[in-house]
Amino acid sequence: MSEYQKIIKDGMWVNNVAFVQLLGLCPLLAVTNTVVNAIGLGLATTLTLVATNIIVSMIRNVVRPEIRIPVFVLIIASVVTAIELAMNAWFHELYKILGIFIPLIVTNCSIIARAESFASRNSVGHSFVDGLFMGLGFTVVLILLGAMREGLGFGTLLSQAHLMFGETARGLTIVLFDDYKGFLLAILPPGAFIGLGLLIALKNIIDKRMAARRPTPVPITEVSESLA
Amino acid sequence: MIKSSPHIHPHGNITRVMLNVCLALVPGIIAHIYFFGLGLIINMAIAIITALLTEAWILKLRKHPIQPSLLDGSALLTAMLIALTLPPMVPWWIPFIGTAFAMVFAKHLYGGLGQNPFNPAMVGFAVLLIAFPQEMTRWTSPAFNDASLLSFVELVRYSFSGVLPTGLSYDALTMATPLDTMKIQTSLGESVSAIQSTQKVMGEVAGFGWEWINLMFLVGGLYLIIRGIIGWQIPAAMLLGLFLISLITSLIAPDSYASPLFHLFGGATMLGAFFIATDPVTASTTPRGRLIYGFSIGLLIYIIRSWGGYPDAIAFAVLLMNMAVPTIDYYTQPRVFGHDGK
Repeated sequence: MSEYQKIIKDGMWVNNVAFVQLLGLCPLLAVTNTVVNAIGLGLATTLTLVATNIIVSMIRNVVRPEIRIPVFVLIIASVVTAIELAMNAWFHELYKILGIFIPLIVTNCSIIARAESFASRNSVGHSFVDGLFMGLGFTVVLILLGAMREGLGFGTLLSQAHLMFGETARGLTIVLFDDYKGFLLAILPPGAFIGLGLLIALKNIIDKRMAARRPTPVPITEVSESLA
Repeated sequence: MIKSSPHIHPHGNITRVMLNVCLALVPGIIAHIYFFGLGLIINMAIAIITALLTEAWILKLRKHPIQPSLLDGSALLTAMLIALTLPPMVPWWIPFIGTAFAMVFAKHLYGGLGQNPFNPAMVGFAVLLIAFPQEMTRWTSPAFNDASLLSFVELVRYSFSGVLPTGLSYDALTMATPLDTMKIQTSLGESVSAIQSTQKVMGEVAGFGWEWINLMFLVGGLYLIIRGIIGWQIPAAMLLGLFLISLITSLIAPDSYASPLFHLFGGATMLGAFFIATDPVTASTTPRGRLIYGFSIGLLIYIIRSWGGYPDAIAFAVLLMNMAVPTIDYYTQPRVFGHDGK
């Protein structure tokens, strides 16, 4: 397995930000009530991770270790501000729905965790791939949880898709059940906690089955430190 | 460190306790059916079947022996309590979802009987109330005369297909409960005494029908205390808490706060005091802790009923105090004999 493959697998599965590190739970639980919200926040977070990872990796040999944390914070804050302004300009409706959670990406522990534990010790190329796939892993979980909650709660998928993909996407909305009464609990905060718990349980079951199939378990070589 | 939850079962086994509790529910159930019709029977049947099937399924998944756990009566009791909290006329999937959720999420995901921190029946009810507010807050009117109740066949057809007998609309069959009426009318500036004398639904002291149902649950509860199946501390402390705070507020502002009698015999107070708050798994286990636990539930019920968003509050009060049980138990552990005090 090449280094890049390992980084990709780490981000998407073995050290998935949401499933394994359990970082960034606040936005994860708060904005996953629809798939479109989940995609929007997931992509914004991914973009932030990629940009901050690249910048941190580029300056890693210049910044003295004593002041590295304040420098990381400054970089992350600037990147998030830029992304917030960009979303306000191009996805204004979605920006209004996601509201406070876009500026709050700055507090998502996974971002500073990747800066500190990966980007500040690895090359720009590796850091770019790590940021991209850590972000995509997070996004996939957001979308899964969003789909579960929207499907159960409203009986639809991808409602209000035009907020993300423009007017032509209005037809993307899938109605799962006609005349569905709605299971409000799934939309409300308890639904997020229960849903995430079930998804993590599912991942653990899959891991166990896969480990049982293999004769020798694959050692987990890198355990990321969480700064949460 | 002492392990929490019941250490000694004072009387026989779980089955005997559970079945005695079910037996003690019977007078209240009869009163409920007398005033609100046979809908309760349908809900209870659906809830019991769901509870037993889900329990059997989960036990099989967890590779536990099915028969002993299924026959211990705990699933039966949870199902009966959920059915008793539901409005008499609801679609079949309401008791189904509530009971299944209670068994799977509130009971077995925490490790099964004896391990669950939250009262399963109240979790089921709270989930239903939050997820289906429309269905869960429409109570059929009590039987002011016998003709106003639907027949069993009509009720079964309504439960499974949503069809009402011709000429009847759902709105004609339902009305605000006494607790609802009290809450709405006092917020409109009506005085308590005027509401109680003019509204037929208010009955004599605590709501037409409701006062009798509560009385019957009180009788069943006293039977449980006399048989030594539940302790007196939780029900007494809970009723005392509710009594004291309602006495104080009704003395200060008799026009806007109902009398203690209204609160003690209204809503689900007696069911909550004797059958729900006393659940041996989720209640506090120390003698002093039980008093604190019960008293706090009584206060919380009054606070939510009077100033909260919901008309009744047994479920939320019990669930909130369930969360506090580990702390209460920690600080009220009896001193071990032979050791000094703190």
